[in-house]
Amino acid sequence: MLKIENVHKTFNPGTINEKKALQGINLTLESGDFVTVIGGNGAGKSTLLNMITGVYPVDCGTIEIDGINLTKMPDYKRAKFFGRVFQDPMMGTAADMQIEENLALALRRGKPRTLLPGITRKERAMFRELLAALDLGLENRLTSKVGLLSGGQRQAITLLMATLQNPKLLMLDEHTAALDPQTAAKVLELTDQIVNRDKITTIMITHNMKDAIAHGNRLIMMDSGRIVYDVSGEEKQRLTVPELIQKFSESGGGMLSDRTLLQS
Amino acid sequence: MNFLENIWQFIQSLPSPIAQGMIWGMMAIGVYITYKILDVADLTVDGSLATGGAVLVVLTTQYGVNIYLAMLVAFAAGCLAGFATGILHTKMGIPAILAGILTQLALYSINLRIMDDRANVTINRRTFQLIVSSYAGENQLYWTIGKCALFIVVIVGVLYWFFGTEMGHSIRATGCNLNMARSNGINTDSRKIIGLTISNGIVAIAGGLLAQFSGSADVNMGRGAIVIGLAAVIIGEVIFGKLFNHFILRLLSVVIGGVLYYIVISLVLKLGLKTNDLKLFSALIVAIFLAIPHFKAKLAPRRPKPKKEVE
Ligand SMILES: Nc1ncnc2c1ncn2[C@@H]1O[C@H](COP(=O)(O)OP(=O)(O)O)[C@@H](O)[C@H]1O
Ligand SMILES: [Mg+2]
Repeated sequence: MLKIENVHKTFNPGTINEKKALQGINLTLESGDFVTVIGGNGAGKSTLLNMITGVYPVDCGTIEIDGINLTKMPDYKRAKFFGRVFQDPMMGTAADMQIEENLALALRRGKPRTLLPGITRKERAMFRELLAALDLGLENRLTSKVGLLSGGQRQAITLLMATLQNPKLLMLDEHTAALDPQTAAKVLELTDQIVNRDKITTIMITHNMKDAIAHGNRLIMMDSGRIVYDVSGEEKQRLTVPELIQKFSESGGGMLSDRTLLQS
Repeated sequence: MNFLENIWQFIQSLPSPIAQGMIWGMMAIGVYITYKILDVADLTVDGSLATGGAVLVVLTTQYGVNIYLAMLVAFAAGCLAGFATGILHTKMGIPAILAGILTQLALYSINLRIMDDRANVTINRRTFQLIVSSYAGENQLYWTIGKCALFIVVIVGVLYWFFGTEMGHSIRATGCNLNMARSNGINTDSRKIIGLTISNGIVAIAGGLLAQFSGSADVNMGRGAIVIGLAAVIIGEVIFGKLFNHFILRLLSVVIGGVLYYIVISLVLKLGLKTNDLKLFSALIVAIFLAIPHFKAKLAPRRPKPKKEVE
């Protein structure tokens, strides 16, 4: 369903700050795949997602989703195919807007924005139910400003927003990294729940090797803008953290960040 | 006794600054849309205010157009000015502040053209049926205040409705978190253009009323309008920010900010400030009020603002 062919991206080309962030990425995802992505800092993981969503244009290569060529499509037009959750809980929501307004905005992703009410009574009831299912006590705070919520609550709402209308592809960029371990576990569990329920094709970047192994049906390791290891199916299920660390050092220049080691 | 008499005199003279403050407060609602909702400082307003005044006065005095229809055309002219700034900013990549300055500069010439190369065109309340005027006799000032209030109620009502629609939501999201808006499929460029358009339309309406109130349209009538607008927005926010959360109340507090500003201005004029020093005084007031949140934040560090760039 997702087909990435030979994508390159260099930031600030020709300057002293030149950075080859992606150097020939080829990746094909099947519908329903849940891929976890690991790799050191600066490996190009976030850039890969930015290429898919169109935050920056690619230097060369093509990106297709279900046969639709996205390569030249502006980011806001591609958005209808995607749901995305960032590492920073601030990034996925509009802080000055109410919880229900944020959800209503996400519900209209890919649809024309008209002069009809921005949120209907029926939607409100639906949001209340969805929020109740999160079990974070948000179902009675529909009209609270999102900026008043904790990082974990905001991240849970962003996840809800990202999956509200069944995206073709869900992209999670270390979306639990900024949360305390307990909240992180909860948000991760919620992620699994939603992804399994709606069978959403998912890419999840994580710095936690255990999580990378425990979740999804395929695992990718990136280094210096390349995919250096790609494992799926039973082989992936059998993977252990020490093996993964082994692969990591085998992958050449791949340096393990302290953070990755600490949390494995 | 003398002191009390002075106070009484001042209170009796209040309706005029109140009416004037309401008109400027109306203009400040336009500024609120760009500065607070879109998160853009738009300097077009200095020009579009005069455009509104010029269009209204010329249409009524020279073409005999009905004054309410003329107000509508003034609104449209203001919208056009905001649209131009929006195009300069989003389609041509010019920073918003600079885009506003460019439009404002261009409007100076355009406004002179509208007024047939005159810097000032008068409109007489005896010859024309004006909506508002500064004439104090026959309870006219109270009528003026009432009609200004009506305009404000209509504008605030329409804005309340608009910013509750799907379109309005998407504009607010654009100003609040651009990346979030785009990743939710919102064309943020078009939202900025729409916001700037509406904002300057409202500013031009205020310009049309202001020209009637002061008895003429003047090519310089908008000079420093952005500062007065910001003053109204910030005064309203500093005083009522904690109290008012509802959108309607926020807009009204902007108007009250404008009224308070004009009461203070008329007070300091009474106390002997020279009219020529007014702009300096205004700039100081705004600088102080703009600095308040900064110093407050320094005293009590709060949570950091959301990062605006994509990781
Ligand atoms: N907008 C940008 N401008 C310049 N350099 C960037 C930009 N985004 C990412 N980079 C660089 O590209 C490389 C890959 O970054 P990134 O994809 O964020 O890595 P990570 O795998 O940690 O998510 C890094 O060296 C980073 O500094
Ligand atoms: Mg990253």
